[in-house]
Amino acid sequence: MAGAEMTGTEMRPQLIELRGITKTYGEGQAAFQALGGVDLTIAQGEFVAVMGPSGSGKSTAMNLLGCLDTPTTGEYLFRGIHVEQLDRNQRALLRRNCLGFVFQGFNLLARTSAQENVELPLLYRGETVDVRHAMARAALDKVGLTGWEHHTPAELSGGQQQRVAIARAIVTNPLVLLADEPTGNLDSKRSYEIMELLTRLNGEQGITVIMVTHEPDMAAYARRIVHFVDGRVDSDESQTATKSCS
Amino acid sequence: MLLNALLLALREIRRNLMRSFLTVLGIVIGVAAVITMVTLGNGATQMVADQISSLGSNLLMVMPGQRLGPGRDSAGAPRFKIADVEAIQQQINGLKVVAPVVGSSVTLVAGTQNWSSTVNGTTNDYLIAGNWKLAAGRLFSDDEERAGKAVCIVGNSVKRELFGNQSPLGNSIRVKTFDCEVIGLLAAKGQGGMGQDQDDTVLMPLRTVQRRLTGTLDIGSILVSLKDSTDSAVVMTQLRSLMRERRKLADNVDDNFNVMDTKQIAETLSGTIGTMTALLGAVAAVSLLVGGIGIMNIMLVSVTERTREIGIRLAIGALENEVLLQFLIEAVVLSAFGGLVGVVLAFVACLGLSTLMHMPFLFNPAINLTAFGFSAAIGVIFGYVPARRAAQLDPIAALRHE
Repeated sequence: MAGAEMTGTEMRPQLIELRGITKTYGEGQAAFQALGGVDLTIAQGEFVAVMGPSGSGKSTAMNLLGCLDTPTTGEYLFRGIHVEQLDRNQRALLRRNCLGFVFQGFNLLARTSAQENVELPLLYRGETVDVRHAMARAALDKVGLTGWEHHTPAELSGGQQQRVAIARAIVTNPLVLLADEPTGNLDSKRSYEIMELLTRLNGEQGITVIMVTHEPDMAAYARRIVHFVDGRVDSDESQTATKSCS
Repeated sequence: MLLNALLLALREIRRNLMRSFLTVLGIVIGVAAVITMVTLGNGATQMVADQISSLGSNLLMVMPGQRLGPGRDSAGAPRFKIADVEAIQQQINGLKVVAPVVGSSVTLVAGTQNWSSTVNGTTNDYLIAGNWKLAAGRLFSDDEERAGKAVCIVGNSVKRELFGNQSPLGNSIRVKTFDCEVIGLLAAKGQGGMGQDQDDTVLMPLRTVQRRLTGTLDIGSILVSLKDSTDSAVVMTQLRSLMRERRKLADNVDDNFNVMDTKQIAETLSGTIGTMTALLGAVAAVSLLVGGIGIMNIMLVSVTERTREIGIRLAIGALENEVLLQFLIEAVVLSAFGGLVGVVLAFVACLGLSTLMHMPFLFNPAINLTAFGFSAAIGVIFGYVPARRAAQLDPIAALRHE
């Protein structure tokens, strides 16, 4: 997979570049344009919050960024690679090697221990048992779940489940962590814990974090806020993070 | 990749024990039902064939009356006499033995035990004609036959009911008004072609039965055993014309006696059993189908959950082929395991049932393979096809699946 081996040689390597991205669902009369020409550039190490009202296209943009979906027109460059030209398997390999996902609904495998959930991406990378165990434990340690390795999702609280999901996302040391409303199903105390965890991962590990949220409180942790309205970028502001873990 | 997929598949099976169990159960029932039914059907056919040959090969039975079956009219037909037996012996060639039989239902008493059975008055030739062997004791002597002495040879069931495990030889059985000494024991034969117990019989000299039980000189039926080289059709024709002549029947009058060939009975019975086996096979096929639908259901029911699972796997970077291989292996492992358990279960069931029903156990590789193959194929197809559809979705669509 070329994406994994590529190294940025430019002065300021752009990690992600969207050029004139559109996305249309359905055909003919029923066609619905979710994105109407999005241009967006994200650099390595940024913490970006994507905000906007329902139906503004922020989740669609997130799915495109995460290579879970393909744009109707436009160009998506990930470290200079034209993602829109990749086939299903190439996109899967890009997800496997460079991206980590955190979903609103956690999306952990049921009846599966935290440890095994976190090991899952490593299994597809063909790591050996020893490596899998060590890396999964390290990832669970980073999210503060040491001692909970053998609990299944049903035995964990929502906050803990989301932390397992984050551990699963970062266990492969991805370049980008994509979080789609990661605090949407959590109460405010757990939400702040998750946000502090994401901030720490961004600060300490240098992982680029792109997060969709509709809560200004959560967006306040980010250093850049992109507003979507009606399928377009309405505003794009950098800010000094007003909140962070000290 | 294959090893990985195998590992993933086995983990999923272990994790979803209930679902795995139900899938396997469907296949087990389907496979076991089909194999058991067909195997037992085959066993029954074989048993009937064995019983027919135990009747004696190339055996003709001559009975008074017009035909066998419902509404048969034997009451008005004249009975055979010993002269008829002698005439057959003298005038027809190619015969091994000719045995007269006169039967009578009686209650037998020995000590405190009593038992209702059939006494057949006959000659030693009856044993040859009927393919009987002596397990113990001796045959009738000429003297006993001529004088109609009170001696008897008992079948195994009679011995069991009256004497238990003890030897009956030398003991006496009370038959109506007289005591009868047991001089021989027949080797057991088992169930007859009509389901009757062939061993539930007592043999006495013809004259003993005629004098002391029936009180007439009539003979119930005549067994004619042919030599191996003899054509039964030829003998049948000769027998018919001889009997018509002896009974002075005009050309336009139907036979008032009936000649039966055991081969014909055998063919009729085999045909019946064949129909039965086909019926059982049809029932089995239906149960295989029902089992298959059960497998299909459980696979389809779990598709929602599994679609989300596939979405998760795809989202974290699994290739479509990796996911499919895992699901394929899961389906193959469950189906093969279910099939094997079904085959083993059927084997045990057939063994038990055939012992219980005194039938031979015939292992039939073809039906085992067919049942196994069919169920396994259904399991694999319905485990794999929905997974394939899910894996071809966009990961995000699979994740949103409700």
